[in-house]
Amino acid sequence: MDILYKVFIEPFVFMGEAPDLLIQTLWEGLVSGVLYALIALGFVLIFKASGVFNFAQGIMVVFAALILVGLYEKGVPAFLALILAALAMLVLAVVVERVVLRPLVNQPDIILFMATFGLTYLLIGFGELIFGGSPREMITDALLLPQGTTEINALGGSIRIQHLDIAAAVIASLMIGLLAVFFSKTRIGRALRAVADSHKAALSVGISLNQIWVIVWFAAGLVALVAGIMWGARSGVSFSLQIIALKALPVLILGGFTSIPGAIIGGLIIGVGEKLGEFYWGPLVGGGIETWLAYVIALLFLLYRPQGLFGEKIIERI
Amino acid sequence: MSFRKLSLGLAAATMLAGMALPAFAQDSIYVPLFTYRTGPFAGSGTPIADGMHDYLRMLNERDGGIGGVKLVLEECETGYDTKKGVECYEAVKGKNPVIVNPWSTGITLPLIPRASVDKIPILSMAYGLSASARGDIFPWVFNPPATYWDGLSMIVRYIGEKEGGLDKLKGKKIGFLHLDASFGKEPIPLLQELSKELGFEVALYPVAAQDMQNQSSQWLSARRDRPDYMIMWGWGSMNGAAVKEAVRSGYPIDKFYSVWWPGEDDARAGGAGAKGFKMLNWHAVGANFPAIQDIQKHVVDKGLSKAPKDKVGELLYNRGIYNSLLIAEGIAQAQKLTGKKAVTGEDVRRGMENIKLDPARLKELGLEGFTDQLVLSCSDHNGHRAAFMQEWDGAKWVKISNPIEPMTDRVKGQLDAAAKDYAEKNAGWPKRTEACDKAS
Repeated sequence: MDILYKVFIEPFVFMGEAPDLLIQTLWEGLVSGVLYALIALGFVLIFKASGVFNFAQGIMVVFAALILVGLYEKGVPAFLALILAALAMLVLAVVVERVVLRPLVNQPDIILFMATFGLTYLLIGFGELIFGGSPREMITDALLLPQGTTEINALGGSIRIQHLDIAAAVIASLMIGLLAVFFSKTRIGRALRAVADSHKAALSVGISLNQIWVIVWFAAGLVALVAGIMWGARSGVSFSLQIIALKALPVLILGGFTSIPGAIIGGLIIGVGEKLGEFYWGPLVGGGIETWLAYVIALLFLLYRPQGLFGEKIIERI
Repeated sequence: MSFRKLSLGLAAATMLAGMALPAFAQDSIYVPLFTYRTGPFAGSGTPIADGMHDYLRMLNERDGGIGGVKLVLEECETGYDTKKGVECYEAVKGKNPVIVNPWSTGITLPLIPRASVDKIPILSMAYGLSASARGDIFPWVFNPPATYWDGLSMIVRYIGEKEGGLDKLKGKKIGFLHLDASFGKEPIPLLQELSKELGFEVALYPVAAQDMQNQSSQWLSARRDRPDYMIMWGWGSMNGAAVKEAVRSGYPIDKFYSVWWPGEDDARAGGAGAKGFKMLNWHAVGANFPAIQDIQKHVVDKGLSKAPKDKVGELLYNRGIYNSLLIAEGIAQAQKLTGKKAVTGEDVRRGMENIKLDPARLKELGLEGFTDQLVLSCSDHNGHRAAFMQEWDGAKWVKISNPIEPMTDRVKGQLDAAAKDYAEKNAGWPKRTEACDKAS
């Protein structure tokens, strides 16, 4: 009975007793969730256009952030470095399309997936060769990102809101909104959706697959750059950031691999779910449940919606 | 396959195998350096690798090696990955290494049983298995100058003194933020024992390697539990992220203590709010020592180092120097004991047991005042030396305490029990047959 009380009653009693901590946990979860969503978005863009799960999305986050910081350290002004980092992601998109995707066109998806594995390790090695393995600090001040904390005394305690987290949430939301508009209202966006539906049909109406791939890889690169700036500002830029990017996997399972709203909602559910789980139920098993809880949440959803919350239901006729 | 083809194939394979192994001359000493300049732990691993390499390289450049014998240095990149570390060990063991330093508790643990078989001493400097301090049970493993258990007891002692005595810790709560790996878990048994004995409460905050830069949950939990003190056992990018999160969450930074692994970059990550963060250390920071000046002159200025000039003398760089100082001293002692120039792993094991780094010897080595003295022996492979507390003042580390002795009375019993337990659990653990030198 004691364990039942600890699992089903005590956490909720504690939520009521310390509502400030509940709000703080929800806030931290939402901020993490927005950042997970941003990373997941990079995966979704590429998956929609090419059916490839881009394993390299995580290292693209690190790579983009390192280029930005590295250029700034070489004396390039911050915003010029930002533009150059974005251009570097464009170059990467072109190179990936020419060297990796084009030669592998019509190959099974698993081959393309493995190619992104190769790309990951290439980028890790290349990044370490150029920038070294030491962690760096994100150029938060130079990018005019807000610093500091607002402490709100409410609900019998205090809630600490980092200005940087607010900026992260706003910028990530804007980015997601812009991409959603771009892909739903523009010609390129419609072309992307056509490619996502059927490569052959898209080709038959004159859509250039190669061009679309460059555009989506570039868009994913820009998303990676923003994610790198925001995560880097929170906890430094290092190669371990690429591991965090794998948190996008349960987000994708939950939200569906092809849905932009799915990535957003999935990110928020995973972010809030893992923080609540770790905070209120983690102590029951000695803590450290955050690492796998995200997957448990995703798997629970999968039991009911195998295609994810917003994923396309695949019906294959036999 | 014909016999002729098979013979040719075998001959070619034998030739290739011979080519793959560098030929180490009889008048050289092979010292592999296990390092990690890549991966999530490179932030800590790189400066240590630089310090280790540069000190030994300086001995080669300045003195022609040790006792007139050149050192052959070879780095093996482990990425702080146990599997890769063991691969490194397997790759170097055929080249007659005189010592191996794994630079990871996770790598050290599987190497411990191999060391006595392969006759290669293991140097796990202030990390690894605490119980391996017992030379009578682990003759091939050395972990000076203090074990993790010593380190933990020093922090608890320091906190206790701050409170007005160890008895004042009763009713307090100590948070333990640790990497969720062998290294981070190593001091937990002692922490739990001390909590029972001294009456303080322990709250554990494990950080998975994949969440090293995503610690908001741990610090939220710390807000819930309100520990009076936080102790950190972190490595790599975990340390900098923890300092940042401590500042973000509003935890009183002057109550945040760490074992000896954070470097300047980790403290800098917290910005101005990191002022007051404390950690243990046992050696100097800075380059104002004749030996380090020689590193500048013979290695760095000649472009033989991978370290940026401004990193020479930083904390983790000097930690690498300390590690190589022990290696060099072990070799020098082995030469003295055996009368041989090109010593072997077995000789260096004896040499390590005869290390006596007193102030006179440190002065002779150009490291006067760099560290406290260290004497190892046949039975004591650790020294259990005192460390001091240092504090981040916003720009540099400042020593803020006298030497803090480990709680030997409390640690020794635990350590002896753990060593005995290890030997019992590993069936057939060999009894020490290696003779002790008179001096040790």
